[in-house]
Amino acid sequence: MKHTLSVHVENKPGALARIANMFARRAFNIESLAVGPTERQDVSRITLRVDCELHDLDQIEKQMHKLVNVLRITELEAGESIERELALIKVAAPPARRAELMALGDVFKARVADLGTDALMFEISGTPEDIDSFEELVRPHGVKELVRTGRIGLSRAATRADRPRRQHVFR
Amino acid sequence: MSRMTGADAILRSLEAEGVEVMFGLPGGAILPLYDAMARGTTVRHVLARHEQGAGHMAEGYARASGRVGVAVATSGPGATNLVTPIADAWMDSTPLVCITGQVRSSMIGSDAFQECDITGITMPIVKHSWLVTDVEALPHTIKAAFHVARTGRCGPVLVDVPRDVQEAVFEFSYPEQVDLPGWKPPKRGHPKQIRTAAERIAAAERPVLYAGGGVLNADACAELRALAETGRLPVVTTLMAKSAFPESHELHFGWPGMHGPKWSNWAINKADLLIAVGARFDDRVTGKLSAFAPGADVIHLDVDPAEIDKLRNADVPVVGPLKPVLAALTEALAERGDPPGATEPWLHQLAAWREEFPLRYGETGGELVKPQLVFETLQALTAERDDVVWTTGVGQHQMWAMQYLLCDRPRTFITSGGLGTMGYGIPAAIGAKVARPDATVICVDGDGCFQMTAQELATSVLEGLPVVIVIVNNGYLGMVRQWQDMFFAERFSQIELTYAVPDYARLAQAYGAAGFTVECEDDLAETLAEAIACGRTAVVDCRVDPAEHVFPMIPAGAAALDLVEFPGEEEVVGA
Repeated sequence: MKHTLSVHVENKPGALARIANMFARRAFNIESLAVGPTERQDVSRITLRVDCELHDLDQIEKQMHKLVNVLRITELEAGESIERELALIKVAAPPARRAELMALGDVFKARVADLGTDALMFEISGTPEDIDSFEELVRPHGVKELVRTGRIGLSRAATRADRPRRQHVFR
Repeated sequence: MSRMTGADAILRSLEAEGVEVMFGLPGGAILPLYDAMARGTTVRHVLARHEQGAGHMAEGYARASGRVGVAVATSGPGATNLVTPIADAWMDSTPLVCITGQVRSSMIGSDAFQECDITGITMPIVKHSWLVTDVEALPHTIKAAFHVARTGRCGPVLVDVPRDVQEAVFEFSYPEQVDLPGWKPPKRGHPKQIRTAAERIAAAERPVLYAGGGVLNADACAELRALAETGRLPVVTTLMAKSAFPESHELHFGWPGMHGPKWSNWAINKADLLIAVGARFDDRVTGKLSAFAPGADVIHLDVDPAEIDKLRNADVPVVGPLKPVLAALTEALAERGDPPGATEPWLHQLAAWREEFPLRYGETGGELVKPQLVFETLQALTAERDDVVWTTGVGQHQMWAMQYLLCDRPRTFITSGGLGTMGYGIPAAIGAKVARPDATVICVDGDGCFQMTAQELATSVLEGLPVVIVIVNNGYLGMVRQWQDMFFAERFSQIELTYAVPDYARLAQAYGAAGFTVECEDDLAETLAEAIACGRTAVVDCRVDPAEHVFPMIPAGAAALDLVEFPGEEEVVGA
């Protein structure tokens, strides 16, 4: 079972290293990770995608909470949150195939970010699943290079704020 | 407010924290701090001979006193020599503040002389660490370091201070508050959970209190005893909890785990309720996890929420500081007013097992001294004293110390549990002696362990911190020998240290300590008594039978019921 965790951390040197180190040391797996600034200058948000059984998720959260720089951990639950990812995909595109590829891009609302004589670069943002599908479709044309940001997310606008996950042990 | 250098500010900060002693060794990048010491401070500095020694001394001090230990080292190799004590303190949750020098800020990252990324190296084994790049941040950082080390689950922290930060001049003032928005250790246990725990205890027929080192760290020994006495609950104490509950108390039923007596392990195996208090279900305690306390529900009290459900699911978890949690649980149990006597048949059964399965070893009176007799003699010599603090190394002697030395007062058994650090005993004893100068501090050591930190004899002698070191010398890396004998078809590999090299008594004398050698059982009691009474640093080399194994033993990964007992004299001969 996969989970997306949104982690608020103090914007201090080594904060990301401590989290990454803890995952490595405890043999937890990170599937994707994105770090960036938030509405507060002193706080960064790390969006982590982890693959685990629920039991492990509890351990992951509790171990992360023990890190001094970690302020808050929220699980972004499917249906209650918006998740997005950005990808840049460089695809082989000889003039004869360009039109076909661009039509494909239109369907997925992928923008052509750059165009060369025999290749073009798509810029696509969407749910990670949308990007998976698009990647799948353009792959037969020959993907030369590809980069994805890793998913980021926020709980839905209708939600009060992102609720910290309940801590079972405090019940 | 007053103007001073960063180095002076470190000392003023330590003074403000009430630190009475630090253990360390100077070097290039920490010179400004040592220069500040020379200008004056109320903090005593104990000069170790190796930074690892300084770190273990700080641990021994922390364990014996309940205060935060402070270790100081220079950059590079000084800092890396602290890594083992830091890892040790991490595994045993010992509060430790390590202050290391670092190369100048402008040189960090350039592979400068004696540069190493010690905050990076220690990241997996500290609660938190700081590389101080701005002298203005120094007071807050020290404040935060002490706060993090001793709140929540105790443990080590590291403050790395570049040389130019130590030299920089600024207006010093020590903060009253820490500013750590992400550090929120639990303050109290949940009342409903505590009530539920009390209900479960009242309903249990065969409860066992499984106490871990957290009890000592929480200074909750009196509260543990009150709970045990109120509920008439049998108590087993792990190696790290040894001395947390009086061992001559009728409710104490030994030590669980790999070398625990049969009755202790059976108590857990047959229990219907396990009350884990500041314990972490370590593999040396549980053996095969799925066969550990198979019929028991678990109440788990711990200040660290991450320990709940980590290895064993808790039916009733209570997260909070153990002192108030245990007090509240005792109160909740007493308020129920249940008729007394519910656990008496169970206590009776445990006492019967204890009678039936005593600790056994080979016949004494042979040519070689039986190692267990060294411990029985030490126990007999000190039974009437209330001032003894034991420290140990790691190995066979440590397990015999657990089995044979009975501790009735908190913080009187200081050992390396989680990391199993050979060489811990001597420096830990020195640290304990600093913490409790009036105590008789006895380090029971192995010959292998002794040789890992023997250089600290100089510290003991010259600092006027006399400790007694009893070497249970079997001429081998004894625990390795035992495993090779039992599990590797007697293929002994690289374990022979010999009795004679070094000559421990003469080595001790070379350091200015008293040195004794015991080669026969008849001399044992008299020589040990003389060493304990001599008032100097003393080393007693007790040459013992290397064929003796520690029994009982639950082989690694096996279940409590697979416990191997002392097989009897005839089978041991030639083992």
